[in-house]
Amino acid sequence: MITREDVEHISWLASIKIADEEKDELVEHFNSILEYFHQLEEVDTEGVEPTYRVVDLANIFREDVAYESLSQDQALKNAPRTENGYFKSPRIV
Amino acid sequence: MEDVIIGLEIHVQLNRLQSKMFCGCSTAYHDSLPNSHTCPVCLGLPGSLPVINRKAVEYGIKVGLALNCNIEGETLFYRKNYYYPDLPKGFQISQYDYPLATQGHIMILGDDGAERNIRINRAHMEEDPGRLVHAGTIDKAKYTMVDYNRCGMPLLEVVTEPDLTSPKEARVFLDKLKSILDYLDVFDGTQEGSMRIDANISLKGGDRSEVKNITGFKGVEKALSYEITRQKNMQRRNIKVVQETRHFDELRNITVSIRSKVGAHDYRYFPECDLAVMRIASWVPAIRAALPELPDVKRERFVKQYGLADDHAKSLTSEIKLANFYEAVAARAAPKLAAVWIADVLKGELNYRDLSIESFKEEHMAEIVQMLEKSTISEDGAVQIIRNLLDKKGGTPREIVLALGLCKAEDDAVQKAVKEAVAESAAAVADYKAGSERALNFIVGLVMKKTRGKADASEVHRLVKEEVEKV
Repeated sequence: MITREDVEHISWLASIKIADEEKDELVEHFNSILEYFHQLEEVDTEGVEPTYRVVDLANIFREDVAYESLSQDQALKNAPRTENGYFKSPRIV
Repeated sequence: MEDVIIGLEIHVQLNRLQSKMFCGCSTAYHDSLPNSHTCPVCLGLPGSLPVINRKAVEYGIKVGLALNCNIEGETLFYRKNYYYPDLPKGFQISQYDYPLATQGHIMILGDDGAERNIRINRAHMEEDPGRLVHAGTIDKAKYTMVDYNRCGMPLLEVVTEPDLTSPKEARVFLDKLKSILDYLDVFDGTQEGSMRIDANISLKGGDRSEVKNITGFKGVEKALSYEITRQKNMQRRNIKVVQETRHFDELRNITVSIRSKVGAHDYRYFPECDLAVMRIASWVPAIRAALPELPDVKRERFVKQYGLADDHAKSLTSEIKLANFYEAVAARAAPKLAAVWIADVLKGELNYRDLSIESFKEEHMAEIVQMLEKSTISEDGAVQIIRNLLDKKGGTPREIVLALGLCKAEDDAVQKAVKEAVAESAAAVADYKAGSERALNFIVGLVMKKTRGKADASEVHRLVKEEVEKV
């Protein structure tokens, strides 16, 4: 069961601020999602190899060749704040 | 310090590659403007897709084999989820279950002088995060500036078991690792930040702390020593060491706590759905067959083939270029003498000047060793020649011998002439002994005549006076 504390922790991990009144609603949503997934537990998977993806592709590579990068201006274009060619972010430690 | 337990996580940039791990941005970003080596993939822009650099995987396998690891037949990438400005996607593409290489080991010389086996837990591939620049120190800065040039650089993370018992052993291990990477030609250690280390440290019976992001080998010894002292002091004062993450502050030489609420389970690893699995078992035999002779094997061969002392063999095999230099010299001049002069003298002179072995010509070293072998020059003379070649550049050893009069045979000739002249000048010697300083000039003149004026007059004067005093 997802608790209010879980929701707060997840919001902290994602750096998304959640208003107090939204929390109870999210607890409900998270729990209903988990419940939905619990249905999978009803399937008998005895003897089935675990799989990580639906298509069985393997060994998709590129060669080690460098291409031209974006210019500094292009790279910074969408950033809300920049300084001397750097992206500027709040301090997160 | 037998009660200290250290495990290392070493992040090695595979910076001999041309392009990044999952995109084609160039790896040559040093000395470039910030954020000038990025693209939608390494900036984490929506809709961009990563593609694995084949050669990076080959390099990873190479290192894994050299560290005596098992290479997994099937290996895959995971998303390690954390929200931090150094990775704009909100996750790092790394490995988790089924890493590239597992369960290896390398031998190092332990503090007690005995060979010690250091186990390697795993080596896995991942992408380097961007570089954060803090105005001031990390715990005081008001904001963070981010440069994504480094973001997406191919990294190999080598994780040891907690088998190291002192900061010095950690340093020895890293030297060995660096030497192996140098031999494999996958890593250029001269690039800033190309090897970064996280260290887990605990005292026996205590909780461990993790010191993150130590750069440079000297940094490791300093950071570990500081952390051990800190933990010992806490023990002494009966304060419990709590498991935590600390940051090494290079400028102040201390570690500071980073209050992190992210636990290992908070990374919510899951398979990277944008990348296919890698089935690499069939690659291994060819890569194994192409591995170069590695430092330990080369060192043993040097001892056997050239009859070298183990110390010299070890010193000469620390870098592949130095080992090749030595072998080229040993092919032309006495191998044992060459080993002593390259390992004990040339290496020191190079280090003092912060130069690499490429600054010295093989044929020059061979010539110097040949002259030493024939006793044409003295040991002091050989040192002078080496210094001259490094500082003045240009000229050959033979030219320097002539220019500086370093030929031992010439010195002998002067000595001989002095002895003869004194023996032939009984009257002048008697005059000198009777108090006539000027009588010496007659003998000096005689010596100059015998050496056809080649000798240095003031030096001859000194030698003559010495010789006469003996009579």
